[in-house]
Parts: sequence; structure tokens; C-alpha cells
Amino acid sequence: MQSICSTTLPLVRPLPRRASRRLGRVGLAAAVMAMVLLAGRAGAQERPYFVTYTHQLEEPGSLEVSFNSVLGSPKSVPGFLGSWVELEYGVKGWWTSEFYLDGQATRRDSTVFTGYRWENRFRPFLHEHWINPILYVEFSNTNGADKTLREVVGFDSEKDFAHPNAEARREKKREFETKLILSSYHRGWNFSENFIAEKNLAAGPWEFGYAVGASRPLALAASAKNCTFCRENFQVGVEFYGGLGDALHFTLSRTSHYVAPVLSWELPRGTTVRFSPGFGLTPDSHRFLLRFGISYEIAGFGRRVSKLFH
Amino acid sequence: MNRARRTLLIFASILLFGGLAASGQQGRKPEGVRGGLGRIPDNAGSTRANPFAGQPEAVLAGKKLFLRHCAACHGPEAKGQGRAPALRSPLVQGAPPEALMRFLKDGRLRRGMPAWSHLPEERLWQIVSYLQSFQQ
Repeated sequence: MQSICSTTLPLVRPLPRRASRRLGRVGLAAAVMAMVLLAGRAGAQERPYFVTYTHQLEEPGSLEVSFNSVLGSPKSVPGFLGSWVELEYGVKGWWTSEFYLDGQATRRDSTVFTGYRWENRFRPFLHEHWINPILYVEFSNTNGADKTLREVVGFDSEKDFAHPNAEARREKKREFETKLILSSYHRGWNFSENFIAEKNLAAGPWEFGYAVGASRPLALAASAKNCTFCRENFQVGVEFYGGLGDALHFTLSRTSHYVAPVLSWELPRGTTVRFSPGFGLTPDSHRFLLRFGISYEIAGFGRRVSKLFH
Repeated sequence: MNRARRTLLIFASILLFGGLAASGQQGRKPEGVRGGLGRIPDNAGSTRANPFAGQPEAVLAGKKLFLRHCAACHGPEAKGQGRAPALRSPLVQGAPPEALMRFLKDGRLRRGMPAWSHLPEERLWQIVSYLQSFQQ
């Protein structure tokens, strides 16, 4: 984490706490109702990784809603639970857009909303190749208390999480992030490599990171029966990710790196559950990260929404 | 500054490598028949048969996969809906199995048909088995 900036004054008067809670509940209920009403049948198989991206894009018109968390057990700072809600929409066959809302809770501290992210992934080559590139761009507006660890770049380390939430959230982080995603499927295996470059728009040099992963379904062919626990519904794999320093010091030293086995389980009707214990490999890494998430895909969401207005 | 330049050079090389690797397309697909699906390559010269041909179990598995992945757009009976065409057409029934499998794998991204390359080939063949079982 970089230096803590001065507090920015709110531009609007905050709602009383009770009213704010009520508004939040009403909003959440409305969102859930809309999704249930618009829900269609299930769609694609979700990638098993949490950090690494494959070249798989969302089907056009489909919306995927995910709730993900990372439970951190660091060595020298309080434990935390970073969580994010992810809305992924297939705009075109070659373009997927995602919106995230991030938050976190820190042991013996508080629970805070930490900001939002908007990412877009583009597939420049429309056919399947040995290696399939995807271009990724993201804008994030978060604060210094963000603990979602959706990627590791630069000299990110456990010490970044040492500040109390009240202090850390004063730091505003408006960042631009790009990724080059390379991914292949071969005999049921997926191999993905991501190269990450991130820039704080206010100050600081470009920071770099990487994520690589390999995964495979437990069974390649599907069985004839509808089943929940059969091997075809499970994918297993492993991912490695970490920082590569910045534009001034492109290095592996004083950076954090992780290895994380991954497991995903596709339930009937479009729900996927993912689970991944991650282990820090360097002194600057968190000791242990447990990631878990659940996602639900609403096929034909765009079509259903457009029908409401015709 | 030199380091920054070196970093940029590394990323440019990776980008170039990715682009070059991607341009080495796996087996250029020949032009084929036009239909509601766009263009299904006819795979002239290809002799790859469906490894699941003649297996009733594969048709059932294909149906399950179809309902899971395809029915939302093409309808549960594969009769088509909206922009998604019917798959009971002679074009699909008469297409070489490998051409259909490749079509599923690549998709037709500009026309809204997603690529299903993340499904193992075995499952794509099972879907082909189901799609071509309509003619029987």
C-alpha cells in the first residue's frame, strides 16, 4: 500500500444509518427479484481459477452473478475476509464486460465497502487457435482498505494490510489495469498465462504481475444421466500468481507469490461452486488464503430485459 | 528509465509472440455451405469420424449437454428461437460430423454463436451425436 492520502470530504450529505440500511435492503431485494423473474436455463461451464483468466468469454446476452470471498490468514497482521460481487455480461461473442463491488471485514476492526471495478475483455481473433489471446482493460476506483486480492502486482505484500480500516480507507486508488491473457485447450486441459500491468492514475510507476494456471475436468465425456456428483461436473487444477515489481524495479525480489490448487463443481441449473486454498511462497506473501465462490448464470438475460421494454 | 524500456520491450515481445502464435491457426478450415448458422465448413478431405457414432448413450449424453448449454438460445427442441436458428435443418443433419464439431468449438462470434472450446472435444462429439440423431 502506498502513502495514505488526505481525507476527501463527501459531496452529498450521508443518509441516516437506518434509512441507508433500508434502502440497501430494498435495492438488494429488487435485484434478487429481477434476477429470479428474468432467470433462464443454465449455460456455460465456469473457469475454475480465481485469479487466472482463460480465453472463455460470457455467452452473448448471458449474465453471470458471482459472490466470491478470500479468507486471509496472514502472519503478522489481523486476519480478514475480502468479498466481492461480480456481474459478468456477454455484450458480444468477442466482448465481455464485468462490474465488481468490493468490500472486506478485518478481525478486531470493521467491515467496509472498498470500491468498484469495471473490466472489459476482448477477443481479437475470432477462431480457435493453439494460443488464444484476450485483451483485458480495467478501471478500478477503490480505497486503500481493499483486500480482495483479485490479482497480485508490483511489490504487494502482507504489510500492506497492516493499517486499520479507518486509516486505510482514506487512500483513494483510481487504477487502470491491462492484461494480456493467453490461453489454450488441449485434450481437455486448459493452460492459461496472464501478464498484468497496472497503473495508479494519480501517481507511481506501472506495476507488473503474472498469473498462470492449468486445469482439467475429472471426466472428459458426459454421462447419459443427470447427476450432481459425477466426475464430469468437477474441474481441478492449480494456479500460480505473484508480483513482478514495477517499471523502475522489474524484479522477483521483495514480491509475493502464491500457489493455489483449485476445484470447481458445476451444479445443475447453472450454479457453480469454486474453492481454492492458496499458499504464500515468499516472506512477503500472506501465509494462507482460502478462496471460495458461488456463481449463477442467467442465460438470455439481455433478450429478456429487452422484451420488458417492447 | 532503461529498466522501464526493458519492461516495455518484454511486454511487446510477449504480445508479438501471442499474436504470431495465434496466427498459426490449427488447420485452416475450407469454405463450406451457407445457412442459418452462417457458414459450416465442409471439411473436404477430413476423414475424422465421430468417435461416438452409433452409441445411443452418447445421444442421451448429448441431449443432456444440449439442454444445459444450447437450449437457452436454440430452444429445448432445437427448433430455434429469436436469432438462433433451428438445428433440425437439412444443413445440420447433412453436415460432416467433424465440421459440426469444429463449428461448435469455434462458434461464430460475429453472429452471436459463442465458442464452446472450453468443453472437452468428447462432449462436443456427444452434442453432434445428439444433433444428428434427429434425422433417424
